[in-house]
Amino acid sequence: MGFRHKDIIALKDLNKEEIQLLLDTADSLSEINRRDIKKVPTLRGKTVINLFYEASTRTRTSFEIAAKRLSADAVNITASTSSVTKGETLSDTANNLLAMKPDIIVMRHSISGAHEYLAKRVSCSVINAGDGAHEHPSQGLLDMLTMRQKFGKLEGLKVAIVGDITHSRVARSDIYGLTTMGAHVFLAGPPTMMPIGIERLGNVTVCKDMREAVDQADVVMMLRIQLERQGKTLLPSMREYARYFGLNPAVLALAKKDAIVMHPGPINRGVELSSFVADCDQSHILKQVENGVAVRMAMLYHVCGGEPVE
Amino acid sequence: MAENTVILDGTGVKRALTRIAHEVLEKNKGVEGLVLVGIRTGGVFLAQELGDRLNEIEGVEVPVGAVDITMYRDDIKGHHEHLPVGKTELPFSVEGKRVVLVDDVLFTGRTIRAAMDAIIDQGRPSCIQLAVLVDRGHRDLPIRADFVGRNVPTSRSENIMVAFDADNKPTEVILQK
Repeated sequence: MGFRHKDIIALKDLNKEEIQLLLDTADSLSEINRRDIKKVPTLRGKTVINLFYEASTRTRTSFEIAAKRLSADAVNITASTSSVTKGETLSDTANNLLAMKPDIIVMRHSISGAHEYLAKRVSCSVINAGDGAHEHPSQGLLDMLTMRQKFGKLEGLKVAIVGDITHSRVARSDIYGLTTMGAHVFLAGPPTMMPIGIERLGNVTVCKDMREAVDQADVVMMLRIQLERQGKTLLPSMREYARYFGLNPAVLALAKKDAIVMHPGPINRGVELSSFVADCDQSHILKQVENGVAVRMAMLYHVCGGEPVE
Repeated sequence: MAENTVILDGTGVKRALTRIAHEVLEKNKGVEGLVLVGIRTGGVFLAQELGDRLNEIEGVEVPVGAVDITMYRDDIKGHHEHLPVGKTELPFSVEGKRVVLVDDVLFTGRTIRAAMDAIIDQGRPSCIQLAVLVDRGHRDLPIRADFVGRNVPTSRSENIMVAFDADNKPTEVILQK
């Protein structure tokens, strides 16, 4: 089957076969990243604009490397150094960029739904590199790829996601992707950071405490406390958070013996993850970063062949 | 209703591969520095068969690799359905090697061009030779096979299909009219 989407805005929009196709493609493309000459001519002549309205190192660099490894021309625009600071609207920015005939716009925006708005107004493909607290599809895919590489499948896996679920776009993409692929997700976090009714998304269980979620888990996904956003107002103290929702060796021991630890980064060491756990053999955090390039190559490749969804 | 003609049966395919194996050995004066690279998917199965033949004749195992050419195609334009991407697996360096590229059917030559690009991206082989089970003509590019199992003149509307069994052994070659 082919990939029929012009844009990738959310994993919620993709079915099992489409996610499978993206993961299979990324798995095949990961070989390119291990070569001496890490470049294929696939997207030669295509232009990719990375439009980042929010700070990012990993995602932006990863998309840029992915585009370049496929021979596309990648241009980076960060809001802080662009006309956005002069008051230009998203629509005007989009129209101006479109006039330069890009093929793909990869955007990160602090407002949920900004991508949907953009995708409806531009003829080129739009890839969501994170929008507000909505979704972060490339992160969801690279998380799934990392899990699949370790366990050979996603179906039937027990995945614990711990932290600020409400404000995490990563958690949302992981939940949509993993449940679509047949995994069972267990959530834990402070009650102030747990959205009401999240169980309705499907194969999702909200746990009373972190230990219950981690117990016999195949994967423990720790989320970052977003200190720059709401972290300070929703928690009494970082120390208390670390005590009840931080992953340390004692809590990790509750998970399966071959369980893996994941984190979308950047890590607050000593808050959601103890340094020992972050650097232990079970930690797959750097593997996630490595897989990020292959997943983003797969996304860029497939949107170039996609069609608008009626 | 499509009409099928068997061009090569199982025995015919085996004979053709044995002959190609002898020709490869003759041209390269043995298997020194030789590697086989099959083009996914049919070419890989044939490269493995050819490797087995060379092993039978010379008693030496020739390394066999696989190349996927999806990312090297020259027809990726917007808005068409992409082919699934397969894995390129070359468990050896191609640097300075005599590469025998193996495919099932040679048609326009575009797949071979893409495969040569894919191999050269991984290193500089001393030479690349081409072995195909069937050459059906209609070249778009100036590419010629060094070893051919069978030349089959076809029209553009016809199709050549190489069938493989569950163990990926070639069973027959069919011309579909």
